[in-house]
Amino acid sequence: MKLEGVSKSYKHRGRLVTALDNATLEIHRGEFVAVVGASGSGKSTLLLMFGGMLSPSSGRVFLNGHSLYDLSPNQRAEIRRDKIGFVFQTFNLIPYLTALENVQIPLYLAGRAPADQRERATNLLHRVGLGDRLDHKPAELSVGQQQRVALARVLANDPEVVLADEPTGNLDPDTSEQILRQLDELNREGRTIVMVTHDPRAAARAGRILHLNAGRVLPQGPNPDSSRPAGEPNYAVVEGARR
Amino acid sequence: MQLRQLVWREAFERKNQLATSFFAIFLGIAAIVSIKSITFYSEKAVARELDALGANILVLPKSASVQDYYSADMQHEDFPEEYVSVLTMSDLQGLDNLSPKLSIPIEVRGKKVTLTGILPKSEFQIKAMWAGAGVFSLPAEGCGSVAVVPDAFKPPVQETLMRKRVIDDLGDNEALIGAEVAALLSIREGDEVEALGKKFRVTAVLPQTGTVDDSRIFAHLHTVQELTGKGHVLNAIEIVGCCNAIAGGLVQKVNKLLPNAKVVTVTQVVDTQIKTNRMMARLSFVFLGIIVLVGGASIANYMYANVFERRREIGSLMALGAGSGLILRMFLLKALLLGLAGGVAGYVLGTVLAVTLGPRVAGIIVMPMPILLVWAVGISVLIALAASYLPARRAALLDPCATLQEV
Ligand SMILES: Nc1ncnc2c1ncn2[C@@H]1O[C@H](COP(=O)(O)OP(=O)(O)OP(=O)(O)O)[C@@H](O)[C@H]1O
Ligand SMILES: [Mg+2]
Repeated sequence: MKLEGVSKSYKHRGRLVTALDNATLEIHRGEFVAVVGASGSGKSTLLLMFGGMLSPSSGRVFLNGHSLYDLSPNQRAEIRRDKIGFVFQTFNLIPYLTALENVQIPLYLAGRAPADQRERATNLLHRVGLGDRLDHKPAELSVGQQQRVALARVLANDPEVVLADEPTGNLDPDTSEQILRQLDELNREGRTIVMVTHDPRAAARAGRILHLNAGRVLPQGPNPDSSRPAGEPNYAVVEGARR
Repeated sequence: MQLRQLVWREAFERKNQLATSFFAIFLGIAAIVSIKSITFYSEKAVARELDALGANILVLPKSASVQDYYSADMQHEDFPEEYVSVLTMSDLQGLDNLSPKLSIPIEVRGKKVTLTGILPKSEFQIKAMWAGAGVFSLPAEGCGSVAVVPDAFKPPVQETLMRKRVIDDLGDNEALIGAEVAALLSIREGDEVEALGKKFRVTAVLPQTGTVDDSRIFAHLHTVQELTGKGHVLNAIEIVGCCNAIAGGLVQKVNKLLPNAKVVTVTQVVDTQIKTNRMMARLSFVFLGIIVLVGGASIANYMYANVFERRREIGSLMALGAGSGLILRMFLLKALLLGLAGGVAGYVLGTVLAVTLGPRVAGIIVMPMPILLVWAVGISVLIALAASYLPARRAALLDPCATLQEV
């Protein structure tokens, strides 16, 4: 994944708000990257851009060598469906569907047969420890359970890249720990993880930490605190806007 | 998980909000279906009435109404029998058949019935006509050749035979009995009845016709005139007029010939009913307009609100890889379901209303009309889809990230 001179500015009440300022960076396959920075520094913007949900004002975003925003919106949707999994701070589960059905959604979108969907979704919910909550709607689940359903939903289509925006922001330490352990495991399976977080302990688990400051990416080396080896090349190719 | 399931679950979850739109379209369709059903059967009843009448022009006493004619309640009014010869001697074209009648209410064995004096031959020439087909369904060429018609239309053999016999035979002291009277008084062919002090031999019990004739006793006109002691008078002349001639002002010409009588066409007889039907037809257009406007607006409004309420969910679906086509289909399928449900339910309620109210309100029997189901579902689905298209498009074109950012 690669950002090339990407800027994003919003027009807000006539004023131009710069959320991302000429960012250039690369994230390699299998890396676990934490994105930290003050509120409003552009972390979510960066994540959405990687996910093909938000087009940059200038610059290009690459995934596996394809320039994402030169594709049509529906082609980007297909890439999200096949390759990218989002985890949100607020989970964004579909409120009127059960846990099982929520996990089935990506499988349905990928065109799997209903019986197949059910079987795989059941397995995934067992895997995140919710085998006995298949028929519960989000409102009938605890917050931590909801996030685990969201995680199972991400896993449904076996994404190469998992983009998590403050996945533990709403959770107590114990549940946070469970979710982080799951993310670790996903990373060990070879998936690329990009996680926005305010929690230093969460960031410490990543192989690399990206610092954002007012839309600029600060240069930073490998995470010295990392308890485990990061993905392939352990040094970041991060260039701020200050060149 | 399938699109169906997704749509169904959502609709069910928020069914209260859906209810208003559903009721708007459901009640609108029900109103139209019931109006259409009643109108259809009412029109059929009108056509039947015209058929049953056998004649298409009536000459009545000046002050008598058409209702009086039907109820044979004209004993106080009459006009001279000469009117018939005035008509036959005139050079009027298009008068195919004349049937002079004198009807009076009498009591037979304590039961009230109507005694109608007829001149047998002409009477039955007219009646034979409607046995085959209605006067009004005669082709224009049929004009002027009425006598040939019965054979052409092949009425039941037995009836034909019976008619031929009575045409020739109806004598001074013979009578024909309507089916209802026969049943009421349990009279059979060959029995004797006494009316106004005179004994009549019943030469035939007429087959059921479903008209006022069923409750009449027919005797020779001159016998009836004698019995009432009023001399040579009539209180109705039924005329079979040529359709073209009627259109060409025959009624007015007859009226000019007989200035002291009332001349009406049977289209006037059922005029109020025809007018009601026309009003119903117009009313159904009004209702159509109302459901298109109110139902459509209600659905569009609901759909916009629904899209707004679900924008976060739409964003989530898009983040999961749903394309805009799927979002569009999701909302349109919901509209389709709404339209189907409204159409089917509206048809059912409308039909039930028509069947139960028809006899009470319009005095007609109404049967369910399956064709209206197709029509009702078509209209309501069309309205629902049309009203939902723009909201659905808005949903499909939502910026997924804008919907997710607002935490
Ligand atoms: N839709 C928008 N319209 C206008 N400005 C926006 C919009 N979205 C984000 N911004 C601005 O862009 C900047 C970056 O926003 P972003 O959401 O990326 O921050 P963040 O780092 O995720 O913050 P937080 O930690 O609070 O989630 C902010 O200053 C924000 O006000
Ligand atoms: Mg954020």
